[in-house]
Amino acid sequence: MNLPDAAQLLQYLISGLTLGSVYAMIALGFTLIHNATGIVNFAQGEFVAFGALIAISCSTTLGLPMPLAVLIAVAGVALLGAALERAAIRPARRASVITLIIITIGASIFLRGIAMWVWGSDALPMRYFSGDEPIGIGGASILPQHLWIVGIVLVTMAALWVLGEKTQVGKAMRACAVDRDAAQLVGIPASRMVMLSFALSGMLGGLAGAIVCPLAMGQWDMGITLGLKGFAAAILGGMGNPVGAVLGGVLLGILESLGAGFWSGLKNAIAFAVMLIVLLARPSGLLGARGRQ
Amino acid sequence: MRSPTRMLVVLTALLAGLVWAVGCGEQPAEQPGPQPVTGDPYVIGAMFAITGDASSLGIPEKETAEMLEQMINGDGGINGRPLKIVIEDTTGDNAEALKAARRLVEGNDVLLVVGPSRTGTTMAAVEYMEGAEVPLISCAAGIDIVEPAKKWIFKTPQTDRMAIEKIIEYMAGQNITRVASLSDSTGFGKSGLREIEKLMPAAGIRVVTKEEYGPKDTSMETQLTKIRGTNAQAVVCWGTPPGPAIVAKNLRQLGMDIPLICSHGVANETFLKIAGDAANDVVLPAGRLIVVDQIDADDPQRPVLEEYAQEFSKRYGKSADTFGGHAWDAVKLAALAMGQAGEDREAIRDAIESTTDFIGTGGVFNYSAEDHNGLTKDAFVMVKVVDGKWKLAR
Repeated sequence: MNLPDAAQLLQYLISGLTLGSVYAMIALGFTLIHNATGIVNFAQGEFVAFGALIAISCSTTLGLPMPLAVLIAVAGVALLGAALERAAIRPARRASVITLIIITIGASIFLRGIAMWVWGSDALPMRYFSGDEPIGIGGASILPQHLWIVGIVLVTMAALWVLGEKTQVGKAMRACAVDRDAAQLVGIPASRMVMLSFALSGMLGGLAGAIVCPLAMGQWDMGITLGLKGFAAAILGGMGNPVGAVLGGVLLGILESLGAGFWSGLKNAIAFAVMLIVLLARPSGLLGARGRQ
Repeated sequence: MRSPTRMLVVLTALLAGLVWAVGCGEQPAEQPGPQPVTGDPYVIGAMFAITGDASSLGIPEKETAEMLEQMINGDGGINGRPLKIVIEDTTGDNAEALKAARRLVEGNDVLLVVGPSRTGTTMAAVEYMEGAEVPLISCAAGIDIVEPAKKWIFKTPQTDRMAIEKIIEYMAGQNITRVASLSDSTGFGKSGLREIEKLMPAAGIRVVTKEEYGPKDTSMETQLTKIRGTNAQAVVCWGTPPGPAIVAKNLRQLGMDIPLICSHGVANETFLKIAGDAANDVVLPAGRLIVVDQIDADDPQRPVLEEYAQEFSKRYGKSADTFGGHAWDAVKLAALAMGQAGEDREAIRDAIESTTDFIGTGGVFNYSAEDHNGLTKDAFVMVKVVDGKWKLAR
């Protein structure tokens, strides 16, 4: 087997980094909800699909300008997240964690059905945010869209960090994550924080879908794979740790890309292999779990 | 707080119900056609993936079958008696396909069954149909359906083997001797890869690397980057949209200018739509339907293709597609066989098997005891995408 040369390696890394950024966003969505409720939201992938599909409808069908289309997608999925919490999670809030997780699986199947019913079963195209001329970097070549993805992910991470560390709301959310009862005792409306975490997760998922669909197209069932990749990334980084989620996403993206460079049949097995290895060898993930007892 | 939540749930459910009801109302009402034919109908069954993720195949197939039922009955029926097609939905699912087959055979006592749409769903029903001794004319592509030939099982679509034989013929004309294969990890991609590995080296074409991608993958940059490092003169991509569309886009992005040869699985409008500009210059084998306006005027298939294309777009207001064409061929073949053999299943089966020179949308069929598909590689033509349109490559 030939070893990749420097230019090939660079291309693998760049491709991996781009995909990894998207995984990181999805993983962060898992993390937020996990911290607020202790559950894993298996409808996270559907948030991504809805983000992509709404953005495509706004931009392609309605002809809205791209930033507006993305904004509507993000806002729409944030609303969807909040509605999901109110309609499905909150009525069952006294149920066990496992019941709630199963509810999210049900929600994901329901949302997929809606997506196929509204948008049909074919993949839908979306134009690039700007330009389709590839940019050459040291023998590798990327699209402006790659830069958009990495840039938007970076800005989002920064904004989330500010929200979490510097604002009252963020501190309240973190307090709920550490100890919900104690947070409630000091007057934090924990139930609203849970809804907020679903809305924020929806936002992240929606944004991930909107920025990736110019490369990957939008399709009703795209959330299955992307959701699982994001989940694997969250496990890799340590479920519950936002920094870990980002790290896990980027690492998984790069691992996948490098792995596919050696043997492409392996590519989609990597996420699951990583997940299994981490769960067996280091269940708390790379950075351990912060924000849990 | 509990009752407002419940209200919300109920309201959402009501709304969903309403939306669903409106959606159902949109379906075209059955147009009553003239029924000059009398007597007991010949009842045949049809099962397609009308819903589910293969519905882009199943819907045109169902529409074509319904259209043909009316056309045949408006045209004197079969031996003066009407044709009745009972249609079931397989949802593209193997277990559902088997159930649908049982319902057709045991519940409706059909003379034969047309469909299903997919190789997997066909294979799921094969054993049952063989046991029940009811002929099945599948609309799925997989070669396993007819190889080895099974007594009661036939099919109308061309196989991937014919597609690859056609591609090899094209490559010989282009002096391409080294290719990279890039196939998806579904049954379709794997079967294509198997035929590529078997047929291409035998024809003197070296497959320099074999790469794979998942049907839901969002980027094939890595695989193409690896291919760029080889001396391949063309990429042969075996998959159904959206995969090959992403491959076409990634190829542009990486600045690779080697030809992209795709499978007949991308010969549909979806591919053109989602690949956009990147579809240009893609070469693929395809049935003649998508280039019906460009084939020779004396091509034996031309009248059939034109009739199908015109009737379909007249009735449904959209263009006919290859998959619907498979159903056209299957129903026509069934009608032909019943016209000769009447209502005896064994005789119908024998009539299908001895059908020769049957001109369909997929090719000119010559069935025999060994060949239950009846086509050769010449059922395909090579097509190139030029300015977002199919152009016959000569």
